[in-house]
Amino acid sequence: MISDALLLGLGYNATLVTLGAMLLGMAAGVGGTFLFLRKRALVSDAVSHATLPGVGLAFIIMVALGGDGRSLVGLLLGGAVSAGIGLLCVSWLSTRTRLAEDAAIGAVLSVFFGFGIVILTVIQSMSAGRQAGLEGFLLGSTAGMLRTDAIVLAGSAALTLLLVLLLRRPLTLAAFDPEYASASGRNVTRIDLAMMGIVLAVTVVGLKIVGLILIVALLIIPPVTARFWTERTDHVVMIAGLAGGASGYVGAATSAALPNVPTGPIIVLASFALFALSLLFAPGRGVLSSFLRHRTFQKRVHLRQGLLALAQNQPIYEGLTMRLLKRAGLVLADGVPTDAGQARAAKAMLDEARWTIVRGDHSYEAAAVLYDGLTDLETLLTTDQLRDVDAQLARPQGVGA
Amino acid sequence: MSGAEFVPLSLTPMLIGIFVAMACALPGNFLLLRRQALIGDAISHVVLPGIVVAFLLSGMVAALPMLLGAAAAAIISVAAIEAIQRLGKIEPGAAMGVVFTTMFAGGVLLLEQSDTSSVHLDVEHALFGNLESLIWLDALGWSSLLDLDALSGLPVELPRMAGTLVLVGLFIGVFWRPLKISTFDEGFAQTIGMRTRPLGLALVVVSAIAAVAAFDAVGSIIVIAMFICPPAAARMMTNRLETQVAWSMLFALLAAVSGYILAGYGPLWLGFDASVSAAGMIATMSGVLLALAAILGPHRKRT
Repeated sequence: MISDALLLGLGYNATLVTLGAMLLGMAAGVGGTFLFLRKRALVSDAVSHATLPGVGLAFIIMVALGGDGRSLVGLLLGGAVSAGIGLLCVSWLSTRTRLAEDAAIGAVLSVFFGFGIVILTVIQSMSAGRQAGLEGFLLGSTAGMLRTDAIVLAGSAALTLLLVLLLRRPLTLAAFDPEYASASGRNVTRIDLAMMGIVLAVTVVGLKIVGLILIVALLIIPPVTARFWTERTDHVVMIAGLAGGASGYVGAATSAALPNVPTGPIIVLASFALFALSLLFAPGRGVLSSFLRHRTFQKRVHLRQGLLALAQNQPIYEGLTMRLLKRAGLVLADGVPTDAGQARAAKAMLDEARWTIVRGDHSYEAAAVLYDGLTDLETLLTTDQLRDVDAQLARPQGVGA
Repeated sequence: MSGAEFVPLSLTPMLIGIFVAMACALPGNFLLLRRQALIGDAISHVVLPGIVVAFLLSGMVAALPMLLGAAAAAIISVAAIEAIQRLGKIEPGAAMGVVFTTMFAGGVLLLEQSDTSSVHLDVEHALFGNLESLIWLDALGWSSLLDLDALSGLPVELPRMAGTLVLVGLFIGVFWRPLKISTFDEGFAQTIGMRTRPLGLALVVVSAIAAVAAFDAVGSIIVIAMFICPPAAARMMTNRLETQVAWSMLFALLAAVSGYILAGYGPLWLGFDASVSAAGMIATMSGVLLALAAILGPHRKRT
């Protein structure tokens, strides 16, 4: 069943929704990257919660005008309007009053959501028999969607993705260096506005697919995931788009196969799985690779200290050092150095002496700053410089040239 | 309205609403000043999986296992946020976003997959709670307040929330000076030998206790609103912490009472016969109060 769904074998509507979720995930991943770089990731949480009263009011208005109130486009438009008002409230509270942005986000989120719930209970009482199914907007539900709705969703997800891709250059610039952006003649306020517009679009399109409580995850988790793999913005944008798209696709397909499970949580968990994999296994910043790097460094330090101890005929008590020396064939089982061990130890001693000279001489400043007790001097100095250092070594210390 | 109607049907939910509002707004003052305002939001999302797991393990909807489960989930989430922040060098807001959405999603999925249809446990309940249902059926009127038999029929949420409020109040009262100093000048607090990290952690733990106890009674939406809105509105009224806390208590009280009355009786005044969600209305009223304070408050501007 699930494999059917992953291969898009569940019929035309489910396929459309799945593709729509994928496009939405890509748009959210790419758009979310700029929010993340701007350190404003949680603004989207306020925006998404603020859609609820709009959706409810749109339903009431449509019913009052004689419709059945279920038109998806109408509901989403209502959501967009109240989300826009919520966004204005956040920026008004955080710029015109003394409240910090996080407090403004929390206030708008909870008040709009609370008001939305009041509206939902009004709807429940006014049309008891024909429940509007507005609960589907809380956690996303793509089961039993109308063909036209599926087309609208897939189409608007594609449009959002296109918009993000078109705006990515100015967005990158403003995310990294707002001062430079405005000095080079760009209107940063307008770029920020465009960024919020994208967040708004992602949120509104995602209402039916992911649900308003969890849409924020789609804007935050893929960029954070991507950040583990690369240090370059354009790559972060790309990887975030891929991660978002993959989780949208897998999540929506799985939920099409399991109709009583809300779509949003599955998409979020799929995207968290990608995040967890990256956290553990990404090269460079991942946990595993940091651990390995730490181990390698530890081994080099222990080996070096062991060799210095051998050279000075000091006993070695530390277990790890002894094991490393034995494994490298530098000492015998009873702790007596082999010939190779003797040679390496003498070399380590010589290097220490050379380093002392290099660090005491201003003409080697460039090399001296790289001193960490481990680097081989041959990799930093030329043969001529080494010969000069060795010449100083041979001279009695403390006598000038 | 007569006591015979008010006391059994409205007195206890209203009191519970007031206790919840005050217990959340009290630590909210400090969280707001420490730029940790969204902690209430995060806590109220992450306790859902804890409560569901506690239900699946214990097989019943009882207070103690649920509180334990919620507490465990809150601790796990704090550890996870810290770990992600450290390991991945991710900014705190984003790390929080990753953890609380994932845990909430996991909780919802568990809830939908397990058979909880026989008990009163669903996502809507977790979000909006059901303040209106916490009625006191044994009461006959104001005189029941002196009647021990009737008093034993009080909904358990009422003494529990009152206890939580006392606990939170005691914590804030006992640690008032250290909290105040470390909130405004952490560096100074450290130089005079205060252990600011454990203190900050204790504040978060106390907030979590308030949130979990309230969550059980009234759902998460009031919790989030009360952590932020009354303190934020109070912030616009004064520059003194003592006065700010007093204002926030007043705003919390006003929001709870006016929200409950508007939800229960507002639709009747407008000619409808049903009531609306009290939790939602209380949150809305706290927003109205915040808006008024933000427009008219004497200290609304940054100086």
